Amino acid sequence: MVRETVLDNGLKVLVQEVHTAPLASVWCWYRVGSKDETPGVTGVSHWVEHMNFKGTRNIPRDQVKGIIEKFGGSWNGYTWIDQTTYLETASKDALDRMLFIEAERLDACLYDPADCESERTVIIAELQGGENDPEQLLDTEVTAAAFKVHPYHHPTIGWLSDLQTMGREDLFGHYRRYYVPSNATIVVVGDVDSDDVVKRVAAHFGSIPSGSQPARVRQVEPEQQAERRVVLRKEGTTAYWKAVFHAPAFTDEAFFPLLVADAVLNGAAGLNIWSGGGVSRPQRSARLYRALVDGGLAASVSGGLMPTEHPYLYSLSVSVAEGGSLAAVEEVVLKEVARLQRDGISPAEFTKVNAQLRARFVYDGDSVTDIAHQLGYFETIGSWRNYHDLRARLEAVTPEAVHAAAVKYFTPANRTIGWFEPVIGLGA
Amino acid sequence: MGLNPTRHVLDNGVTVIVKSNHTTPAVSLLIGVRTGAYADPADREGTAALCARVLDRGTITRPADVIADDLDGRGASLSVATGRHQMAISATCLSGDFGAVLALAADIARHPAFPDTEVNTRRADLITSIRQDEDHPAPMAVAAFARALYGTHPYARKVRGSVATVESIRRQDLVRFYQKGFQPHAVTVVVVGDFAAEAAIAAIGKAFGDWAVSARGDKPSGLSGPDAVLVPDAIAPTERRLVSVSMMNKAQADLAYGFIGIRRAHPDYTAFSVMNNALGQYAIGGRLGDSIRERQGMAYYVFSSLDASLGAGAFTIRAGVSADNVERAIASIDAELTAVLQSGFTAQEIDESKSYLVGSLPRQLETNAAIASFLLNADFFDLGLDYDARLPALIQSVTLDAANAAARQLLDPSRATIAVAGPWMKTATDLHR
Repeated sequence: MVRETVLDNGLKVLVQEVHTAPLASVWCWYRVGSKDETPGVTGVSHWVEHMNFKGTRNIPRDQVKGIIEKFGGSWNGYTWIDQTTYLETASKDALDRMLFIEAERLDACLYDPADCESERTVIIAELQGGENDPEQLLDTEVTAAAFKVHPYHHPTIGWLSDLQTMGREDLFGHYRRYYVPSNATIVVVGDVDSDDVVKRVAAHFGSIPSGSQPARVRQVEPEQQAERRVVLRKEGTTAYWKAVFHAPAFTDEAFFPLLVADAVLNGAAGLNIWSGGGVSRPQRSARLYRALVDGGLAASVSGGLMPTEHPYLYSLSVSVAEGGSLAAVEEVVLKEVARLQRDGISPAEFTKVNAQLRARFVYDGDSVTDIAHQLGYFETIGSWRNYHDLRARLEAVTPEAVHAAAVKYFTPANRTIGWFEPVIGLGA
Repeated sequence: MGLNPTRHVLDNGVTVIVKSNHTTPAVSLLIGVRTGAYADPADREGTAALCARVLDRGTITRPADVIADDLDGRGASLSVATGRHQMAISATCLSGDFGAVLALAADIARHPAFPDTEVNTRRADLITSIRQDEDHPAPMAVAAFARALYGTHPYARKVRGSVATVESIRRQDLVRFYQKGFQPHAVTVVVVGDFAAEAAIAAIGKAFGDWAVSARGDKPSGLSGPDAVLVPDAIAPTERRLVSVSMMNKAQADLAYGFIGIRRAHPDYTAFSVMNNALGQYAIGGRLGDSIRERQGMAYYVFSSLDASLGAGAFTIRAGVSADNVERAIASIDAELTAVLQSGFTAQEIDESKSYLVGSLPRQLETNAAIASFLLNADFFDLGLDYDARLPALIQSVTLDAANAAARQLLDPSRATIAVAGPWMKTATDLHR
């Protein structure tokens, strides 16, 4: 179903034919994210992503963002901890145009010094817009507290002081180091012919020199020895509670058992971080929803286990309801987590969340854009083949394995707890 | 060509629209009801919003936890949302569960119980979400903008209401609201997905066919006909206004800048939407994005939007900027609007926007949920079942002159309403800089 080819220069090409609509989705993936950044240049991967929407040798700067819209296409890109990606989805007639843009992006971006400067303030505005959200502030603080050694410590957008001080050479150097064919995967899904796509990709990308494989992160987060706590007291209207536990990497055998445990606590969320499956998670019968939201203590609760290359975090996030309190929310969450550790899950819950997760995996691949995302995403944290193994790995999970994962990961010493405690403003 | 869905009206007035799509083994269901926050009692803003939150929390025969267990056991998703003029129950499930989920959704639409405990819990949830908004500059700017722009017109009101109005809503208010608005003739059921069309129509007929019209109900409401919802014209501001919501604890200011727009029924609606794309959407925010984000590096986002509904919704330009740049951003918006008014768009800009809007249709109609929502919208605004097929020609027929005329009709910096929320305070000189 998926055709995999590697060009002589190391570029990996994945093609899947889906003939349901006259569309094609093209994603170009790079194995570089914020974990590949060193102190002083945090945020460089994301800023590089922004710069790669500016001019290239063959596309004037004012045309990069419109070039695909003429075909009715959508385009975007994102940077996260393990990967950076760019996409276009448009009429299949625009396939060559989309491949041309991605080939230019890989090898021919200009990094005009004036453009680097004007983008600095755009990125700082993006950071500050995020800081307007107390939940995001709390997330940044809790994540940084949970990681002392591994570069998952810093936020993808970077620390403000780094954004204020890094310059054009930092950006261009990062671009040249990581944007090489041997570090990239191009994914094409849609109403296309696989052989034809491979030929076209070779025509657009074949002459780009291979480049050398960039160095990889070597740091390993040491086992956490004691619970950590972060308390933010800031002006606000709502209290937020968060806990994170160090969690297994996607390829670890404990990942799916923990995914099932999350579904029992919060309802199944699926594994598409791009669209989220497009629909809200089925969570009203989930343990934490019933205890917290139906119990009137919280307005919302969610869990997050992200597929990542290195061990990342399992998170529980709660917005406290009118009349609830952080202490009461914490007591209930920790009690439910302890119950899962002690007693495991019931056969009925096991059946239910398996059905939920199977449905989510269907919704996760709802469009050519989503299918292409999933293939490329899993390639950047291991292999695209993992996308096709989701069902099999889920089916291999037993209630005992879920219980064992809860016992292993939900320990006090493995967690960092964060409180956002709103204080009433003193007035301006 | 086109979606070519099947439409059928049941004897009791329920409209049924069905479209098979076998791409994934799943079904999207959308039950639209022609009622919403516009029907909120005067001092009970937020009634529709609270009704939406409680509607699926128990029916006469199914307690809330039974509904939750049933849906969650199937991995199905069901939610209820409300806007000013429309409420919608939407559900997604695997095709094998379609019959059961349809029956459940119909029960929720027809026999909600509004249990007291649920009303109380969901009222507290809604109040929390209002409080959360009060700590976010973006929704605060939008709310202040709507108040300043619409004054005493009902479109000044917030769908979610305020803490004070929501606190005063009682169970009886929800029951009354429901009985008035949820009537068979006000309901359109759209299903898109992996099923045989005839079987789906039969199943919907069975689920909704015996729903009798109640004496308490409103008359059919819609765009046309003697019983249509009549949204009065809003009085357009005659001078420029600037309001601000000071939130000194925030990192960045959000601004909303704009005018009273047009009704969806406006004969030149498509010209306005092309104009909107060229001004504030194409590529990364049209002319506005090119100036404010790309050339001046002032904002991470800037865009315009056209909210054309039964009444004339707002035409709004939004941006997030640092407090130091609020005046400069407003001045840049003024300058871009003035340039459009004086010199118009270029033919190339309008051609590009038209190409985008035409070319994006197949992409926008790819998933079941997107098709269902397009068809419900087409039905709500009487656009015709073949609207998707007619739309490309409608867009292509917009001329440069028509787009420029749309701009001249809406845009006028000297009459703009502007709201700023964030770490910024208005001074006497700001308005006319």
